Amino acid sequence: MREVNAKQIKEKVKELFLNANYCIGEDVLNSIKEASLKETSETGKNVLSMILQNYKVAAEEKIAICQDTGLAILFIKLGQEVHVNGNWEEAINKGVKEAYIDGYLRKSAVTDPVFDRKNTKTNCPAIIYTDIVPGDKIEFLVTPKGFGSENMSRLAMMKPADGPEGIVNFIVETVKIAGPNPCPPTIVGVCVGGTTDQASVTAKKATLRKVGEHNPDQRYADMEKQALEKINNLGIGPAGLGGNTTSLWVNIDYKPTHIAGMPVAVNICCHAARHASGII
Amino acid sequence: MEKIKKIKTPLSNEVIEDLKAGENVSITGYIYTGRDAAHKRLIELLKEGKKLPIEVNGQVIYYVGPAPTPPGYKCGSAGPTTSYRMDPYTPALLDLGLKGMIGKGLRSKEVVESMKKNGAIYFAAIGGVAAVIAKSIKSSEVIAYEDLGPEAIHKYYVEDFPVIVCIDAKGNNLYETEPPKYRK
Repeated sequence: MREVNAKQIKEKVKELFLNANYCIGEDVLNSIKEASLKETSETGKNVLSMILQNYKVAAEEKIAICQDTGLAILFIKLGQEVHVNGNWEEAINKGVKEAYIDGYLRKSAVTDPVFDRKNTKTNCPAIIYTDIVPGDKIEFLVTPKGFGSENMSRLAMMKPADGPEGIVNFIVETVKIAGPNPCPPTIVGVCVGGTTDQASVTAKKATLRKVGEHNPDQRYADMEKQALEKINNLGIGPAGLGGNTTSLWVNIDYKPTHIAGMPVAVNICCHAARHASGII
Repeated sequence: MEKIKKIKTPLSNEVIEDLKAGENVSITGYIYTGRDAAHKRLIELLKEGKKLPIEVNGQVIYYVGPAPTPPGYKCGSAGPTTSYRMDPYTPALLDLGLKGMIGKGLRSKEVVESMKKNGAIYFAAIGGVAAVIAKSIKSSEVIAYEDLGPEAIHKYYVEDFPVIVCIDAKGNNLYETEPPKYRK
């Protein structure tokens, strides 16, 4: 067994959330640059150039790209040959708390969703998904998820007969209903299959796949291309003020499902598509 | 680059009437912040017939919950939040003379009708460009509901705050007029 201390986990989680909130990934940055060359709306071009300037200021000055620094979500692959010295969940939450307090990031988590809505003042609890995998490493993929885009996400329990066309239409309809609200240009994460819960989690994870990479299965890649084209033909544009850049990319993932169903979850991520990864 | 119209707060009826959907505007002066929780409290006070902690008449409310202010800064990152969550509370504030709202995203029919009736403007700030927007905020103080943290009502002094007239006092709405021009 490889020994990993809780403190190492805390430090890694802290580092990743600070990095994710200040620095946008190269793939998203390049895709906005490309879009600004192709955008035909003058307002749209101005919005894209403001977005690029904002990424630059945030990274240089180490301040939050967006004030909505989100709920803290982690996808972790825990090697089965790792032994954690200390409390796993507590270490992760301490890392989140320190990042959000020391890094001047907004604390957005509230305790009870209906009655108290009291701010926890730490941005905890983190939302943690852990897969146990072979090996002796811990791989982290973290994302601060803002709620402007999260609120525009949808789930449908479709019929198998709806087929690829039905799925693409549901994705496009979701983006259309969202309009300007989720801060376009967006990245659209989709999962087809599984159950309501598995589809939702997998769709969220799909928003984190690299912009520019398609699903390796050609049939799903074709659906991604069709959905993106239809979305960008909606005319919503940057900030919803008109234009041909409504989404930067569509990532569709799939899971085995039941003979009677075809769940489709669509998770929308704003242009501040923040995530970071690291290994212990 | 299109021409930028400079305006000062508080907003007069003459300024309001002169603002047209699609115009780029820079705002200078004092504005108030407020989002879900603060709006809820303001409306509860109104229902109880009590005095509000801010003067609403002629003012502008910015829908924002800023990030904490790092050392050496006047304000942390402070981009707009999605406005529709404030829709249920907005007509009552417009009836009190609220003249401007800064946010992002769609508004309800009731809000647009109340804006037309009362003569008010909905300005769009660009969501997610929060670090850049923070540069135009020159001072910030909490004036009510400190317990709400980022949702407290702040008073900002802003200089050349960049916005676009999204819905004007006649009800012209960029979210309705612009996308069809690019639809295929």
